[in-house]
Amino acid sequence: MLRTRLFGKTYDFPDLRVLMGKANEEKSGDRLAGLAASSAEERAAARFVLAEVPLSAFRDCPALPYEGDEVTRVIIDGLNEASYREIAGWTVGELREWLLSNETAPEEIARIANGLSSEMIAAVTKLMSNLDLVYAASRLRVVRHSVNTIGLPGRLSNRLQPNHPTDSPEGVRAAIYEGLSYGCGDAVIGINPADDSYASVARILDMAYDIVRTWEIPTQTCVLSHVTTQMRCLQQGSPVGLVFQSICGSEKGNASFGISVGMLDEAATLAKKHCYPAGPDYMYFETGQGSALSADANNGWDQLTLEARNYGLARRYSPFIVNTVVGFIGPEYLYDSEQIHRAGLEDHFMGKLHGLSMGCDVCYTNHANTSQNASENLAVLLAAAGCNYFMGVPLADDSMLSYQSTAFHDTAALRQLLRLRPAPEFEAWLESMGLMRDGRLTPKAGDASVFLSR
Amino acid sequence: MMEEERIEAIIEAVVRELAPALGRGDSPAATTGSHNAAAHGAEAPAGAGTAAPSAQARVPPVAPAAAPPRAAMPSPRPPAGATAPQGLSIDLEDPMAAASLARPGVAKPADAEGLAALKDTTTARICVGRAGPRPRTRDLLVFQADLAISKDALARKVDPALLSQFGLFTVSTMVTGGREEYLLRPDLGRRLSEEAKRTVTERCAKSPDIQVCVGDGLSARAIEANLAKILPVIQSGCQVAGLSLGTPFYIEGCRVGAMNDIGDLVKPRVLILLIGERPGLGRADAMSAYMGFEPRSGHSDADRDVVCNIYDGGGVNPLEAGAYVIRLAQRMIAARASGVRLRLAEEKA
Repeated sequence: MLRTRLFGKTYDFPDLRVLMGKANEEKSGDRLAGLAASSAEERAAARFVLAEVPLSAFRDCPALPYEGDEVTRVIIDGLNEASYREIAGWTVGELREWLLSNETAPEEIARIANGLSSEMIAAVTKLMSNLDLVYAASRLRVVRHSVNTIGLPGRLSNRLQPNHPTDSPEGVRAAIYEGLSYGCGDAVIGINPADDSYASVARILDMAYDIVRTWEIPTQTCVLSHVTTQMRCLQQGSPVGLVFQSICGSEKGNASFGISVGMLDEAATLAKKHCYPAGPDYMYFETGQGSALSADANNGWDQLTLEARNYGLARRYSPFIVNTVVGFIGPEYLYDSEQIHRAGLEDHFMGKLHGLSMGCDVCYTNHANTSQNASENLAVLLAAAGCNYFMGVPLADDSMLSYQSTAFHDTAALRQLLRLRPAPEFEAWLESMGLMRDGRLTPKAGDASVFLSR
Repeated sequence: MMEEERIEAIIEAVVRELAPALGRGDSPAATTGSHNAAAHGAEAPAGAGTAAPSAQARVPPVAPAAAPPRAAMPSPRPPAGATAPQGLSIDLEDPMAAASLARPGVAKPADAEGLAALKDTTTARICVGRAGPRPRTRDLLVFQADLAISKDALARKVDPALLSQFGLFTVSTMVTGGREEYLLRPDLGRRLSEEAKRTVTERCAKSPDIQVCVGDGLSARAIEANLAKILPVIQSGCQVAGLSLGTPFYIEGCRVGAMNDIGDLVKPRVLILLIGERPGLGRADAMSAYMGFEPRSGHSDADRDVVCNIYDGGGVNPLEAGAYVIRLAQRMIAARASGVRLRLAEEKA
C-alpha cells in the first residue's frame, strides 16, 4: 500500500510506477505519457510517500523486468553487494539527507553509489530541489583519462562541435580553428556527421586527427556517427579518439537506435584495442530525457527514471565523457525554460551519482518556449554544480543540426567568471600557444587565423 | 511580374523534361534526390535536381533569405517634449541586410586574408571576434534578430488571402487549444477532426492520382514563402504527365501523420503534403514536401519520402522542387510504393 492523507484528502498510489511518475516536477513528456500528477497537491502527496519508500523496493521492482530487459540486467548485475547491503533499508528521504550531509565524505558517496540502482537514484532526485541538485552534484568529482584528464576540481572542459551542413572538411577545419582559439576542445573535438557513410566518416576522422597531430594538441577526437560505422573505421585503421553512441534506458529503446548491450561491449573492446589515446577511458555516450517515450519503449515509466537507466547502462563502460542533450528533444517532452533547467540539473546530478564524467549540451530547438538567455542561466547553474564540460558551437548556432547550444564564448566566460581552468594538459598547451595566461584569454585568442601558419 | 515569368519558364522546362520520360513510360533518371523520411528526418538537406546540398554553402552566414521585418525606426525629428539630446538622429538601413555581416569581426587577426577565407568555408558563425570572453555587440544583436524571426514564425497563422488565392478550403486537426496544445500534443495534430473528415469527404474528389494538401506545421512563413511558387508547378506538372489532381485543401494544426487520415478518406494514389519545417535560427521559410503512395492508417515515416529544405536562396528552389515532386510521384506510381519499399523496389528493378 502506498497512501497518504494530505490536507484532509486521501491519496492512494497503486504502485511504484505511478508514484514515481506523480512525484516528478512538471514535465510535458510525463503529461503526454499520462504519468504526471493531476494537481500540485497530488505531486506533494506523492513525494511524502516516496520519501518513506525503502531503497530495496526499487531493486525488487525495476522499471523493466530483469528477465525481459538487458538494461535492467546490466544495472542489477553491476551493483556492489556490500554497498547495497549497507543502504538497502534506508528510505529515499534518508538517502537525500545523507547525500547532503556535511558529515558524509565525497569518497564515501562514491563507494555507496556503487550499490545504488538507477531507479534508487531517480527516486532521490525527485526529492531534490534545484539547489539540492547543484550542491549535491558539486561534491561529486568524477575524473577520467584518455589523452588528457577531465573532471578535476577547478576545471571546466569543452566539447568542440564544429559541424558543417554537408561535412565539408574545410568548413569543419575552420570551425575547429575558431574553437581552439577560444580554448575550447579539451573534452573532445567531436563532429556530428550529416552523412553517416563509412567513407565520409573516415575522411573527417583523418582531418581532425591531422589537426591534433600538426599542433600537438593534448586532446581526443571523435566523429559521432552510428557506433557500427565507427567500429568499421577502427577495424580499417582510422584514427579514433573516443567511440560515441546515443543510448536509451531500455532494451527496446536501444533497439530503435540500432544497438544492443552486446554491440556496445564489442565497440568497447575494439576501442581498447585500436583507439589512439592512452586511455583507459575511451567511450562517449549521449542521452536525454524523453527518448524512451518517443520510441514507445518506456514501459509506462516516467522520463526521469528512464534517463537514470541510461546512466546505469553507461557506467558499465567507464566512459571518458557522457552528456545529456537536454533541450534537443522538443517541447512535447520539455516544454519551457523551467522544465529544461530542471531536467539539465537532474541529469547532471544523476550522472555524477552514477560515477559518470557528466557534461551537458545546454540547448533548445526553436519551437520550445525558451531562449538563449535561459540557456546561459542553466550553464551558470551547471558550472556551479561542477559540470565536467559544455558544448562549444560557433555563437551557439549549430549550422547542421538546426538548434542552439552554447558558444565558444560561453565556456570562455564561465571559466573567467567562476575561476575555472581547462584540463591541465590542455591548459599547458594553450599557454604554450600564447592563447591563455593564468586562466584568461590573451589578446591573441579568438583568432582562428593563428592556425594557418603550419 | 518577374515572378510570373519565371514560373512560366520553369513550367515550360518541366513540360520539356517530362515529355520524353512519359513517352518512354518510365521514371526520370534523377533517382539520387530521394531522401527517405525515416532515415534522414526533416533536417537533412534534400538534393532535388540541380539544387544539390552543396548549394547550402552559398548561403550568406547570417542573412536570412527574405528580409526580416524592419525594426521600428526612430523618428528623425525629435518628438515634442522629448528628452533626447538635440540633434540625435538614428536611421538605420536594415542591419540584417548589411554586406558587412559577411566580414570577419576579429580585431587584429594574424592573417586577415586567411581569416576571411576560413569564414567563407562554412555557414557556421565563425571568425566573429569577441568583447573580452563575450560576443561582440553586432553578433549578439544579429543572433537575437535571427531568433526573433524564428520565434515569430511559430506564432503566426498562414495568411487567409493566400489560401483563397489558390482556392484552398481550411480544415483542422484534433488540435483545438491553439499553438500550445499543438506543441504539447503531437498525437492530436496527426488526426483530422470529425468535422474535417466530413468536410473532406463532401468536398474532395475521390481516388485522384495526386492529392495535394498544405499544412502549417511549425512555420506559417514557410507556406507563405513557397506555396505560390511550388503549387502552379505541381498543377501543370500533373497536367503534362496526364495525372489527375484531386481537390487541394489546407490543414491547420497539421503534423505529417495527418497524411494517414487523408489517405483513408480521399484514397489518392500519391499524397503530397506541403508543410512548414521547424524554423532554424534566422531561417523560418523552409518547407518540406512529404509524400506517400496510397497512405493509410498505420503508415509511418518509413512509408514516406520527403523533399526538405525547400526555400529560395540556398535551399531547394521551390520551382525545381515542384518539378521534382512530380517526377517522384511518377516513380511511386510506377513502383506502387513509397519510402523504404520504393527504394527496395527500384533496387530490384
